[in-house]
Parts: sequence; structure tokens; C-alpha cells
Amino acid sequence: MNILNLLIQHSPALIVAVPLFGAFLTPLISRVNEKVRNIFAIFVLALTGVFVLLLSSDVIPNGPRVYIFGAKDHTIPVLRILFEVDGMSIFMAIVSVILALVAVIYSWSFMKENSGLDKYYTLLLLLTASMLGLELTGDIFNFFVFLEITCISSCALIAFWVHEGEAVEAAFKYIVVSAIGALFVLFAIALLYGQYDALNIATLASVIQYTFLDKIALVLLVVVLGMKAGLVPMHMWLPDSYGRAPPSATIIIIGATQASLYGVFRVCFTLYGGIFRDMTLSSVSVGWIIVILGLITVLVGVIMALIQIDFRRLIAYSAVAEIGYIFLGIGVGLVVLGDPTMLDVGKTAMQGGVFHIINDALDVSLLFLVAGAVYYATKENSLNRMGGLARNMKYTTVFFLIGLLAVAGMPPMNGFASKLLIYESVYRINPILSIIAILCSILLLAIFVKVFHSAFLGPKLPRFKDVKEVPKSMLLAMGVIASLIIIFGIFPQIVLSNIVQPAADSLLNYGDYIRQIVSSFSGGM
Amino acid sequence: MFTLETGSGFWSPIIWISVIVIAFLIMYILRGFGKKEYKEETEQVKSFLSGNPEYEKEEMHIKGSNIYWGFTESLKWVYNILRKIHTGNASDYVLWFVVVMAVVFIFVGLM
Repeated sequence: MNILNLLIQHSPALIVAVPLFGAFLTPLISRVNEKVRNIFAIFVLALTGVFVLLLSSDVIPNGPRVYIFGAKDHTIPVLRILFEVDGMSIFMAIVSVILALVAVIYSWSFMKENSGLDKYYTLLLLLTASMLGLELTGDIFNFFVFLEITCISSCALIAFWVHEGEAVEAAFKYIVVSAIGALFVLFAIALLYGQYDALNIATLASVIQYTFLDKIALVLLVVVLGMKAGLVPMHMWLPDSYGRAPPSATIIIIGATQASLYGVFRVCFTLYGGIFRDMTLSSVSVGWIIVILGLITVLVGVIMALIQIDFRRLIAYSAVAEIGYIFLGIGVGLVVLGDPTMLDVGKTAMQGGVFHIINDALDVSLLFLVAGAVYYATKENSLNRMGGLARNMKYTTVFFLIGLLAVAGMPPMNGFASKLLIYESVYRINPILSIIAILCSILLLAIFVKVFHSAFLGPKLPRFKDVKEVPKSMLLAMGVIASLIIIFGIFPQIVLSNIVQPAADSLLNYGDYIRQIVSSFSGGM
Repeated sequence: MFTLETGSGFWSPIIWISVIVIAFLIMYILRGFGKKEYKEETEQVKSFLSGNPEYEKEEMHIKGSNIYWGFTESLKWVYNILRKIHTGNASDYVLWFVVVMAVVFIFVGLM
């Protein structure tokens, strides 16, 4: 076996182990030199990215890969944990690693003046490791453990600017809702384990009966993960957290939010996928609940974003609205799941929802990085006190324009392609819902035009006469995301067929996932 | 490679970009037909505000909170409700979580 195959074989473990090991090494390396520490963090995440790419080169053409930690013998299942990597898992890992790498590059200059950066980089790497673990694991209890690590490291990052009292308050609110949510997830896992004596998602999916206890577990998992993804009316922690965390950390927290969304996909389409196909009424009712909550999320996110004056809170509310679009895709996918005549609608909805995960992550992240750049240059967050920044910050202005067009779903940016798929599938189940979703997208454009006018246009304000463009590492981070937005926008079919479609197919063809994983249990790695 | 098949239609960014480029070219050509009488540093560049004095440029910049004032004013009743919901109290956040869970329990339980 050559070295490349060996790396691919062990990459599910390495993808989590490398950032985790890096996280614990960071405080030691910080003692050597700050520059060395920054290079080390970038190197660790770049290496993780290489492993993610290697694994995707295997998983996308060849199907799910199982990696066993612990006993190979399936007669003692308690003593082992399985990582099960399919198209959806690897898609999410790609999203997470892009965000983490960009965040670390941006942090180099953005966080330069802050103290306690050894802890900051440790938390960034820990959060990345937990996100990746959450996305790759095939064990539902392991999923809970990684979810908890994600919560704790996110909370610490939200409170990082401890000198701003509001950051601590936002972190407190986040940990309260996260801890309560995590307890309910644990309760749901206990309900499933108590009935089926299994914690592996594929095993559970193959034996689940949809008993009364299973219904309780389903509601607990979907509602908690929905809350952690920012579903209205449980979204209120999100503007507080996104608005108060350092913007470089916010973009990794966006990744953690997307990981919760991944959990909703996994629960609805893999864990309960077989039940929903057999019991159409159940999938339709759960699907419609998600569609309605998704639409309310879009509406409330957009309406609340319109009145925000704080730049980062405004972006946070628009992020809430964007999450609503993804839930629309999930909901439509569930509504038509058991109807063989609507298979194409389900497929389009799933592709739209999955595609919008990466587009939302890129678009909202770029806007947060721009907000961070404006804060770095002016020390201002309020739109009422900004103006004329385009005269001093030309590159940042261009990046904001790209983010503005992308988040509003304007052609030819990436957001348009995924929203088009969502609009079309929603239209097939109810045209009015689709029209409301389109109108909200237009409103998003209006909101960011307001930001563009109040922050970047107008005369040069006297107090900003000495404002300069931000350092190169920040421009590079924004440039990487802006480039991806443009590439994804101009070549949507390439993205769709290479990473989105395998992810959507792995969710829709849940039977293949279960068969391949259950059959590989006794075969070792 | 460039065209996204959506099931009942398609989206081609290249066609869209081509149309936009052509539209800009037409616009640029039309602009060329305009009068070339504009002179910088003359009275021409001064704003005419019906005889009212012109404020300093810094004072005339419209602030973020003033944009879409009419829209937000007409939707005041919606904002009053939404502002009441967004209390900022962690206990209310948990309350909403419990409410949603209860509603979803009822719907899923009935099916």
C-alpha cells in the first residue's frame, strides 16, 4: 500500500486529530514566538484541509468510508467508535475547513493588538476539531460529545473580547441555551439507546420503529439542532453571539451553526429516513412544520435586519434569514420524500438546501470579515456614525459589494444558483411560499444597499480622514472568500455535480449508506 | 460546465454576463451622444436647492437609521410585536425553545 492510500485510509482520524493535537500544542508554541504560532495554526489547518481533500477524492467517487476506533470485532460494539464519512459529511468538512483556514489568516493582523492569543488560537483549533468530528462521526453519542465541545469552545470565543461587557453577556446567553439544548439531545439519545441498544446512526436507522419514544426523540433532536442553527423563534442567541464575538471567530462559529444544520439533515434523512419513506403522513407533517418555521425564519430575519444600526448585528439577522432558506430546502425535501411522483422536486430541494449551506457560509462570512475590517480601521460598529469609507478602503468596498450581491442572491453570484433551486422546489409545493421567499431576498438586497450607502458612500467624513485600508492578511482572507463566491457563481454546475450532488444523493439514498456501513462492521477499517 | 439544470429550466451565468456586458456597451455608446458642456470648478457643479443654503457635505450624509424610514414607519405594528419578543433575556430564549418544542410535539404526536 503506498503512502497516499495509507493517508486516505487514515484521513478520517487525521482530520480530527491534527487540529486537536494542534490546539493543545498552540500554548506551548506561543511561548516560542507569536509569528511561529500564527504560522503553526495556518499550517495545522492547511494540513487538515489536505486530508479533507484526500478523503473527498475517495468518498465522492467510491461512496461512504468507515473508520473504526477501538475493537475490530463487532461482537463487542461498546468498545469502539465508528466514523462514517459519506458525501454529506465530506461536504460539511470542506465548508468547515475553508472557514477555519480563512479565519486564521484573517486573525493574523486583525487580532494582533489583543492579548491572550495563545488561548484564542487554541479555541479556534479546538472548535474546528469538534466541528469536523461532529460531521464525520457515525455514532450518535459521539455526535453529542462533539456538539458539547463545539458549544464550550464557541462560548469562550464569543466572550473573548471580555473588556466589552456585552460579549460576556452574549456568551452567557449562548451557553444557557446550548447547555439546555445539549441535555435534551442526551435525553433523545438515551431514548433511542434504551430501545434499540445501539448508538451507531446507521444501525439505529436500520432498526428504528417510529414508536412514541422515537417520536419524542425526533422532536427533541430536530428542535434542539434547529435552535442551534438559528431557527426562529429560537434564534435570539444568534445576533447576540455573532454581533459580539470577534469577526474572525464569528466565521468559525458560523461553521458550528452549519454543523448543527448538518445534524438536522442527518436526523431527518438518515436516522428517520426509512420511516419517513414508509410513513408518508409523518414526513409530510414534519416537512411542513420545517417549511413554515423556515419561512418565518426568512421573514423575521429580514424584517429585523432592516432596523439594525449595529453593522454586525445587521449581518447576523441576515444570517438568520439565510438559514431559513436552507430549512425551506430541508422541509420541501421531507414533504415530498414519500411521494415517488415528486422525486425530482425532492432532489432539487435537497440540492438547493445543501448548496446554500456552502453559499451562506461564504457570503455571510465575507460580510462579517468586511464588518471586522471596518471596525479595525474605524473602531466603529454603528452605521449612523459611518460614511464615505469607500474613499479610503477601496478593496474592502469591492469585497462588500461582492458579499452584498451574493447574500441577496443576485446573479451571477453563488447565492442566486442555490436560491433558484430552492425557489423552484418550493414553488412546486406552494407558489405563494416561493413568492414570499423571493420578496425577502429582494428585501435583503435593499438592506445591504442601505449599509453600502451609509457606510461606504457619501463624502469623506473628517473623523475618518486618516483611515487606511486594512493589512494584507485581512485583504487576502476576504479575497479568498470573494474569489470562491465568484467561482461558485460562474461555475455552479461544477460545484453542484462534484460536491453538492454527492452530498444530496447520500442523504436521499439512505439505504445505500446503511447497507455499506452495516456490512463493513465486521470487516475492520 | 457553465449551465445549471434546475429540473424545469436552466441558469447560465455566461449568458447573463454577456447580456449585462452588451447592455453596458449600449449605455456607454448612448452616453457618448450626450452634450459635452460640463465644466469643472464652475457654477455648473453647485447644487441648486431652491435658493436655500447648501450645507457642508459631511452634514448632508444620510445616516443608516434614516434610510427606509417610511417603510419601517408603515410596518410599526410589526416592529412593535417583534421588539417585544426580542427581550434579550436568556430565560425568554429558553421559553421560546420550550414553546416550539411543545407545538412540534403536538403536531408530530397527532400524525
